[in-house]
Amino acid sequence: MCGIVGLFLKNPALEPDLGRHLAAMLEMMTDRGPDSAGFAVYGQPGADGVGKITLRVAPGFDHAALQAALADKLGAAVEITPRGTHLVVEVPEDVIEAATAAIGTLAPGASVVSAGRRMEVYKEVGLPADVARAFGLAGMAGSHGIGHTRMATESAVTTAGAHPFSTGLDQCLVHNGSLSNHNQLRRRLKREGQSFETENDSEVAAGYLTSRLAKGDNLGEALTAALVDLDGFFTFVVGTETGFGVLRDPIACKPAVMAETDDWVAFGSEFRALAALPGIETARLFEPEPATVYFWERHQ
Amino acid sequence: MTDHPRVPRTLPRFSSTFDPATLAEIRRASATGIYDIRGGGAKRKLPNFDDLLFLGASISRYPLEGYRERCGTDVVLGTRFAKKPIELKIPITIAGMSFGSLSAQAKEALGRGASTMGTSTTTGDGGMTQEERGHSSILVYQYLPSRYGMNPEDLRKADAIEIVVGQGAKPGGGGMLLGQKISPRVAAMRTLPEGIDQRSACRHPDWTGPDDLEIKIEELREITNWEKPIYVKVGASRPYYDTALAVKSGADVIVIDGMQGGTAATQDVFIEHVGIPTLAAIRPAVKALEDLGLHRKVQLIVSGGIRNGADVAKALALGADAVSIGTAALVALGDNDPAWEADYQALGTTAGAYDDWHEGKDPAGITTQDPALAARLDPVAAGRRLANYLSVLTLEAQTIARACGKSHVHNLEPEDLVALTVEAAAMAGVPLAGTDWVPGGVRY
Amino acid sequence: MTPAPNLATAGLAGPEAETIDLGTDSVRDLNSRLQAVQPGANATRFHVLNPAGRHALAVGLTAPLSVEIDGHAGYYCAGMNALASVTVNGNTGIGVAENMMSGFVHVKGDAGASAGATAHGGMLLVEGNAASRCGISMKGIDIVVKGSVGAMSAFMAQAGTLIVLGDAGDALGDSIYEARLYVRGTVKSLGADCIEKPMRDEHRAEIAEKLAAAGITGVDVGAFRRYGSARGLYNFHVDNAGAY
Repeated sequence: MCGIVGLFLKNPALEPDLGRHLAAMLEMMTDRGPDSAGFAVYGQPGADGVGKITLRVAPGFDHAALQAALADKLGAAVEITPRGTHLVVEVPEDVIEAATAAIGTLAPGASVVSAGRRMEVYKEVGLPADVARAFGLAGMAGSHGIGHTRMATESAVTTAGAHPFSTGLDQCLVHNGSLSNHNQLRRRLKREGQSFETENDSEVAAGYLTSRLAKGDNLGEALTAALVDLDGFFTFVVGTETGFGVLRDPIACKPAVMAETDDWVAFGSEFRALAALPGIETARLFEPEPATVYFWERHQ
Repeated sequence: MTDHPRVPRTLPRFSSTFDPATLAEIRRASATGIYDIRGGGAKRKLPNFDDLLFLGASISRYPLEGYRERCGTDVVLGTRFAKKPIELKIPITIAGMSFGSLSAQAKEALGRGASTMGTSTTTGDGGMTQEERGHSSILVYQYLPSRYGMNPEDLRKADAIEIVVGQGAKPGGGGMLLGQKISPRVAAMRTLPEGIDQRSACRHPDWTGPDDLEIKIEELREITNWEKPIYVKVGASRPYYDTALAVKSGADVIVIDGMQGGTAATQDVFIEHVGIPTLAAIRPAVKALEDLGLHRKVQLIVSGGIRNGADVAKALALGADAVSIGTAALVALGDNDPAWEADYQALGTTAGAYDDWHEGKDPAGITTQDPALAARLDPVAAGRRLANYLSVLTLEAQTIARACGKSHVHNLEPEDLVALTVEAAAMAGVPLAGTDWVPGGVRY
Repeated sequence: MTPAPNLATAGLAGPEAETIDLGTDSVRDLNSRLQAVQPGANATRFHVLNPAGRHALAVGLTAPLSVEIDGHAGYYCAGMNALASVTVNGNTGIGVAENMMSGFVHVKGDAGASAGATAHGGMLLVEGNAASRCGISMKGIDIVVKGSVGAMSAFMAQAGTLIVLGDAGDALGDSIYEARLYVRGTVKSLGADCIEKPMRDEHRAEIAEKLAAAGITGVDVGAFRRYGSARGLYNFHVDNAGAY
């Protein structure tokens, strides 16, 4: 049960301000989710062929040691940049999977939050404003971003239970609502080889979409299939390397407001999340229809 | 010719699986094509308060003298945010029952009995009647998914507001009121055509989930000047989470209704197969309040199958601040009274088993809109019976509390209890009698 | 026949408006000032600035005052209104004019889901679109939407009228009781037990009267189609089981 925000920029001139807008939107949704907050930002890709892994680590973690050990193990260049309780690990794109596995052995206390070419995911327990500040969201640039404030329902108030959930490269999902068949779906996905970090229903939704995408669906097809396979109530906002999508269940109980201008598309659980965006006065405002897939691709 | 010895024959033997009641229901279903609808709560045998016993004081602890040494029973509800909390003299309230499901005389009698004892009564689906407001010194106004008869004037006349998310007889289900009871007055109050089978919604029309409930509660407070306590009532199924989320949404009081809790009318399959027993619901709800540091600050009312002062004392000992009664109150008024046995027989049932409350033919004049039947109930005498009964519940709870050395019924605690069965021990989180064994895991 | 009063302009004349700025004042301040106005009091016009999508604005009013909100409102704007006239120069969130008893609520922009939910009386005018569940469980209100309404509008609608100048989404009038629905554009699909019914003069007159009250002129009332209850769900019956 939560607040969701999303901002997708069509106009590259606005990219330096993405984080500033997203932080303000996130903070407006504090009442809907005071327990924890998180966000994904799709920044510029690193140098050619460089991928990013976001890690959550304990205070005092020796990232220099991890950097050396990882570089040694992978036989490749590794850069690590700390941000709050998270580290952004840059490695050659073709060794992302090997790096993720190696981190599991080299730093068993660290959790992999996300991996991809452009996406960085940050999440923590606490008020949205504090979480945004701790990671410096307001200073982040990018083409699109998604944020979430959480009021925990049946799973614990922990950082691992915070959204966004990422179960595939450059893919993330935030969810407002409550799924009613996630336990059997989790078992099915586990049999197919997928692993889950939490008991959270939203992570199952993320894993489901990843599984569809891995089988060759595009995001639109995966979201359409979700309407059949996921039962319960949901408003999803989903990010990929090049775009973002929105999906609501056929009853559409949970709130959603969207706004679009020539410069951007924005999503909010409530209008007030969008109220401060530049040009909101003349934006086209609409409520996404139930059981309808919405998807925006990043312009080239 | 040889004499054959007589061969012993087997006795006719009914199946435990296909017992006579099951067979009758299959025949009824195949004849009508519609599920069985009835009133009341779960009738099956469930682990309940009878499976718990109090450890009275003796040498290690000292009792209080009955009748002379004080044992308080007062309770204040709504101390968290409301400017005007409710002060009750006894920790037993009357649960929500609608005018429509009950006759005007029955509603008046409930108001009279509760007011005499200094406790509250509650409206139901269908709105508030003037008679009900007039006869109830403390009246809780239910705010339900259907919003039948809901209006802001009555909201402001109420002493507290109870947002009904669900009830123990049917967590996850909406209400029903069949055509026989949609009299002209009931129809007008609910803006429905007369005589139709009313279907009530199972979800509120303008919010779902705790994040939106929080906003709804803010609206109700704004409309009532932040004066009135706001209760949130749920049917017991996941009481830990539901309590925690109602608290996060800003509730002043949580009402948990176990599966023995009654209803005016719903599907029998719902009543008997959805939800958890009252006994199993209390500790998880209390745990949620404790985990949030709000036990006794956000009050907990427990209902569903409360019958006597022992039940009251046990619910309070497990952590409730008050209990609520519905079915028992109706019985006190005269529901299922053997005095009407001939009439019950005519309806194909017997006193004590009558549960077709939705049909509106209640011989006792309680669950009916038929003027002739309703006139059988004298609201003054029935109100007196209810007051007497509430008085007995209170005296019995005090008797037990004193025996456990408590100067207030709220000082009863789980450690004053033991269980007779493993099931009850696990559900109530108290040891099996004579042991220190508390079966079961986390209390939610 | 006396012409119906134009509710859309009725409250806007009169004395100087009192301004309440939600940039500095709280929602509690706003509502206590509005709720304190008794019928017949002098200051009956209010101008609300910087609403910024806040919830529960101008709720529970009980006097014929006039409130103009400059900007977007959140959930339950003008909830449970009685007698007052509330205009929103912007959009509203979920449940605008929910459970309204009387009065007039005018949304210049779009309305979120459940507009006019369970409302017993008065009129709600939405100039833009109304999202899903518009008029859910309505109990006597008149709702006029100049744009379109979303899915599941007039769900379990009991009484009153819903007039839509644009289109209606899926499952219009599902499980409807006696409310009357008029749609000028297309209806994506009808819900259980909702059927199209013939338009007669009385229905065209009803539309004309409500549109006039909403201050809408120049609309051909002959262009509307009427929808209402087939009354097949009014009594539980085996042959209706598929619709339950």
